[in-house]
Amino acid sequence: MSENNQTWRQRIFYTTQTDDRSRMRAVANNLILHLHPTKVPAPALRWTYTWGLGGLSATLALLLIITGVILTFRYDASVERAYTSIQYLETQVAFGSLVRALHHWSANLLVVTAFLHLIRVFLTGGFKLGRSTNWIIGLVLLLIVVAFNFTGYLLPWDQLAYWAITVGTSLLSYVPLVGTAVANFLLGGPEVGQAALRNFYAIHVAVLPALLVMMMSYHFWKVRKDGGISQPPTEPGERVERLTTIPHLVQIEFAAAAVLILGLFVWAAFVPAPLEALADPSHPTNPAKAAWYFLGLQELLLHMHPLAALLLPGIILGAFVAIPYLDKQEDNIGRYFRSAVGKQIALLAALYAIGLIPLLVLLDEYWLDLPALLPGLPTLISNGLIPLALTLGGLAAVYLLFRTTNKANKSEALVGLFVFVMVSLLLLTLIGIFFRGPNMALVLPF
Amino acid sequence: MSEQTTEKTKLSRRDFLKLGVGALSALAVLEVSGASLLFLQPRSLDGEFGGQVIAGLVDSFPPGSVVEFPDGRFYLIHAPDGGFLAVYRRCTHLGCSVSWEPAQNHFFCPCHASSFDIVGDVENPPAPRALDTFPVHIDAGQVIVDTSSIQTRDNFAPDQLVYA
Repeated sequence: MSENNQTWRQRIFYTTQTDDRSRMRAVANNLILHLHPTKVPAPALRWTYTWGLGGLSATLALLLIITGVILTFRYDASVERAYTSIQYLETQVAFGSLVRALHHWSANLLVVTAFLHLIRVFLTGGFKLGRSTNWIIGLVLLLIVVAFNFTGYLLPWDQLAYWAITVGTSLLSYVPLVGTAVANFLLGGPEVGQAALRNFYAIHVAVLPALLVMMMSYHFWKVRKDGGISQPPTEPGERVERLTTIPHLVQIEFAAAAVLILGLFVWAAFVPAPLEALADPSHPTNPAKAAWYFLGLQELLLHMHPLAALLLPGIILGAFVAIPYLDKQEDNIGRYFRSAVGKQIALLAALYAIGLIPLLVLLDEYWLDLPALLPGLPTLISNGLIPLALTLGGLAAVYLLFRTTNKANKSEALVGLFVFVMVSLLLLTLIGIFFRGPNMALVLPF
Repeated sequence: MSEQTTEKTKLSRRDFLKLGVGALSALAVLEVSGASLLFLQPRSLDGEFGGQVIAGLVDSFPPGSVVEFPDGRFYLIHAPDGGFLAVYRRCTHLGCSVSWEPAQNHFFCPCHASSFDIVGDVENPPAPRALDTFPVHIDAGQVIVDTSSIQTRDNFAPDQLVYA
């Protein structure tokens, strides 16, 4: 068949060839194959290995860019008109509410899928065998996603937006020396106002999308450069089955994206994005809560001095960056939890966290009052550095416990520590969402 | 003659150009960063907040009263002993606006339940320090508050009060 007789479909999907060899040659200059290799190992296609989390995140990013661009045509980034333009979008603009709901829910879901993707990659050792650079690029992408959510949060200019951003940026002012200057620079003044709205809008629709597209391209390119996604090392003489990317991988990707988009459309059609009352700088909402994915951090704030509550996630993030240099055992790559021992430790770590975290929250809420116990010390030390040191000491104890009583190696014990930190974060977030009522007092959600 | 000069100068023409381009590039980066910082520098807020606010006549505030000025972002306190104090309504913990609760005789922050007494001293943490203040002066019987400069303080001290 000559080139000219091919249909467009045949040209795009190269379906005229029937045998693998000619297919591979035909697809060598196919667009899809700029992203993927021509063949992938069959085990890398297992749904239960990747859960498609990277692909789902990329799909959400694409959906967010499309809906975001549509929204910019109708949104007005001024204090006088921002809220009205959202109300107008919700009530007057055809499909306005749907587009906004899609943008809102995709953004929330992206935080979840990006986080789960990080957990999947960690648990299967996806940062090993030369993949440390891509692990760090992934962490940067996660921070970009969080920054997107934080800046986007202010734009509707409702009560939720105003107070979440006020509290969030006030945190910055606890950073010694430069904190207040950075906060003032970001907000364009001492308070959240017109300048802050403008700054956040510019960052949200111009700066971050540019960064996101650059880092995503880098991330995908690096996956190929590193020889594909992580897989268990092969035994000498063992041959892993390799399948052509088209159709095997592409079919799975398209199906997952289609199900995701369909699900989001149905959800967004029935559940509009929330919009509270117009921002009122004189009257905070009670309770004034941050966005749900920051409530774990906000829960920390209730127990520690803000500088300590900032340092702790900073230290944990630093540890994440350092993970490829801490866990250098490479023969256990591509296996969930590293080994049978690792799996057992992960379960134990989850149970420890479930037992310990709610207990500590209750203890600190009702009985423990460090500043009163140590009246001579400034609160930065009694309520900040001491709880921070205790927390870090506790984490070290958990690690050493796995090393000694469970006879875990370094790699397995780090899995335990990782699971402990992640389950703790999940629990703190759940407490923040469901168990904090007016004045941020502990309440029952029912 | 030319051989002599190359012996005397240690810096070759190539090195000179490399160094020059490097130095000029560094200068360009500094200039662009400086220009960006100036371009993006904090803009002061329009309207009442950020300028002088004429609160009113001294006699219109009975001793022991607390009056809110929402546009000026402050509470004017006329302390029971007759001194005036203007406190910024922003909670020193995480920036929520405090409200005056006359029944409890204190300022209360709904975000993390900090409270402050009538002169802005911390009554209940997590707030780390007393409410910030604005300079007050009294001119021809009028109380004038300068909201352009925020003054931080750890505790209340009697010299912070201004008398008519």
